[in-house]
Amino acid sequence: MEKGNNFLVGIYDDEDVLLEAVGKVKKSGVKIHECYTPFPVHGLDDAMGYHYSNLPIAGFLFGMTGTICALTMMIGMMGFDWPMDIGGRPYIPLPDFIPITFELTVLLCALGMTGTFFVVSDLKPWGTPRMFDPRSVDHKFVMAIDLAANKQDAASITSILKNSGATEVNKKSFE
Amino acid sequence: MNRDEKFIFTSGAKKKLFITLGIGVLLLAIGIFMLANQSAHHGEGHSHGSKETAHAVTADSSSEENAQTGHEQGAHANTIQEEGHADSAVSHSSNDTAGLHATGEQASMNSDSDTAVSHMTAHEEVSASKEATVNSSETHHTEHAGPAQGPAEQEVTGHEKAEHAGGGHHEVHWTTRLIKDLWLNNVFFAGIALIGVFFIAFNYVAWAGWSAGIKRIPEAFGAYLPIAAVLTIGLLLLFNHDLFHWTHHHLYEEFLADGKTKNPEYDTLLVGKHAYLNFPFFIIRTIVYFAIWISLWLTLRKFSKQEDITGDEKFHHKSVVWSAVFLVTFGVTESMAAWDWLMSTDPHFFSTMYGWYVFASWFVSGLALITLFVVILKENGYLSFINENHLHDLGKFNFAFSVFWTYVWFEQFLLIYYANIPEEVGYFVQRLKTDAYTPIFFLVLIVNFFFPFLALMTRNAKRQGVILKVVCTGIILGHWMDFYMMITPPILGQAGGLDLTFLFVEVGMTMIFASIFLFTILTALSKVGLVAKNHPMLGESEHHSVF
Repeated sequence: MEKGNNFLVGIYDDEDVLLEAVGKVKKSGVKIHECYTPFPVHGLDDAMGYHYSNLPIAGFLFGMTGTICALTMMIGMMGFDWPMDIGGRPYIPLPDFIPITFELTVLLCALGMTGTFFVVSDLKPWGTPRMFDPRSVDHKFVMAIDLAANKQDAASITSILKNSGATEVNKKSFE
Repeated sequence: MNRDEKFIFTSGAKKKLFITLGIGVLLLAIGIFMLANQSAHHGEGHSHGSKETAHAVTADSSSEENAQTGHEQGAHANTIQEEGHADSAVSHSSNDTAGLHATGEQASMNSDSDTAVSHMTAHEEVSASKEATVNSSETHHTEHAGPAQGPAEQEVTGHEKAEHAGGGHHEVHWTTRLIKDLWLNNVFFAGIALIGVFFIAFNYVAWAGWSAGIKRIPEAFGAYLPIAAVLTIGLLLLFNHDLFHWTHHHLYEEFLADGKTKNPEYDTLLVGKHAYLNFPFFIIRTIVYFAIWISLWLTLRKFSKQEDITGDEKFHHKSVVWSAVFLVTFGVTESMAAWDWLMSTDPHFFSTMYGWYVFASWFVSGLALITLFVVILKENGYLSFINENHLHDLGKFNFAFSVFWTYVWFEQFLLIYYANIPEEVGYFVQRLKTDAYTPIFFLVLIVNFFFPFLALMTRNAKRQGVILKVVCTGIILGHWMDFYMMITPPILGQAGGLDLTFLFVEVGMTMIFASIFLFTILTALSKVGLVAKNHPMLGESEHHSVF
């Protein structure tokens, strides 16, 4: 079976049940693909074992790109391409450049991070986002389990999910 | 969570504070001895003629010598009055032509002269009355103008400032430095105490839950406000002429006693500002600020205590209302206090960012002190429910408001730098283009921005008590230096740079103030429970977690 195509989806009614279920399911040796909740659930990161996100690193790199672009642009234009004397200031007055440098840094950082986030979380315009259960954007809490990543068969995982408090367990396949 | 936890102000802690106080007094005594000795040394120099004094202006550039130069010039202006005025006119124009861009920038020499000219014309209105009085001492005028072109330009600027601060009538006596330090520390610690009240107020209004457990710490800061009120009003009544140039009466009289001669000290700008900057109104304003702050602090404190006893939620709602009242009045009174206590030390200068700038400096120092209190109390076994999530929030506060301070600081700088208007740019010429203050200027920027920005950037750094302790100590010292930079140049002129006596006078005075401040707030902290045990959001604070 190919990885990332066939899933079991446990549906939970309450975020506290989901939080406890994450611990129970992990304890029984099942690897969780991801949880989907309608709102941020405090403590879910810790329960899932997430400690770091690489998004800040992407943000830093995009931000530095912005800084370098802004400085190169302004120093190139004001210092070399077309030097202008403005009120007796030097041709490359760094204090004057700071606002634009700051703006471009923040702009590229924000756009880059948003773009990265979209790509990483399958929201890219050229792809179809994977929706495990449409109700997860409204009132249900969803735990997805990749069947290919686990050694147990679907039946035993289903019973584990049911025991942990899932109100229903569905199969979901993507092509 | 132990809701009945109480902070015990142990005799060991008291002893440490008394030792700090003792060391402070000792350092200050040594410093005063050094200052008095230096000034005795100066006394001999006074008998020399004016030419030798002028020579001294051109000769040296080390910061320690600067102190002497400013000093001698002040005395010089005192003894030979008429020449003093002539000097003042010259140095005014040389100060302005120096500008922020004029020196050391070959690339733009062409338009340099244009800028200079426009500045001088702009300034002519200001010093017109002064120029008019330059009569018999014209020769002396040119004698001074010579060295003013050379490297001694800054010293002449310094001379002007030294004379300025002394009002041309009093020399900058060494005791002025002590008064300046009293004022500096008074304003700094009064601000931190005020920020304590501000912190609980905005947490009430925002219905913030995470901070409910540590609310008693900033609340205790307010206990210093009454002491600050007494000190502020006392210092203002006793030393207003030393601290504030505009308090001198002779600046507002257009003619001298004979009714015909124009008063060379007459200051049109200050006359224009007289409706606001006059001493009775000034002292009334200060009393009003403190009356508002102290009464609202007492109100919030009273509700907090009653909530402890009765557990009635209505006190929380009352606190929210009175906090909102405090925030509104704080916004106005804090800005005005910043203008009055700090900006008016240099009465010709004005900046609309100043109130914000001072607020930012106070706020970061206050936040850093709250963080230090939380971390150190936890290390000593108090506040067991505090975990890295709370530290993370405090760390974010310190990080964010260090950046906020930089933003406000830079906004003020950039606009003044860009416009290059003499009245405004003098503020930065005085601090950025002088031997005495340039190192401190950049030191302040490094300690207050680059250090916390880089040290607290990552998530893990904000969640560790050790890193927070180091960074917060740095922030408090850095912002003390920031206030030093606001107050010292207008009062002391070029005599206020970092030298050996700084280690004794300024450090000693600060240790005295710090120990009194800490003693007051620790006493206040020990009087009520360390945790506001019936705060309705205490549970949220206990289970607080951040991503």
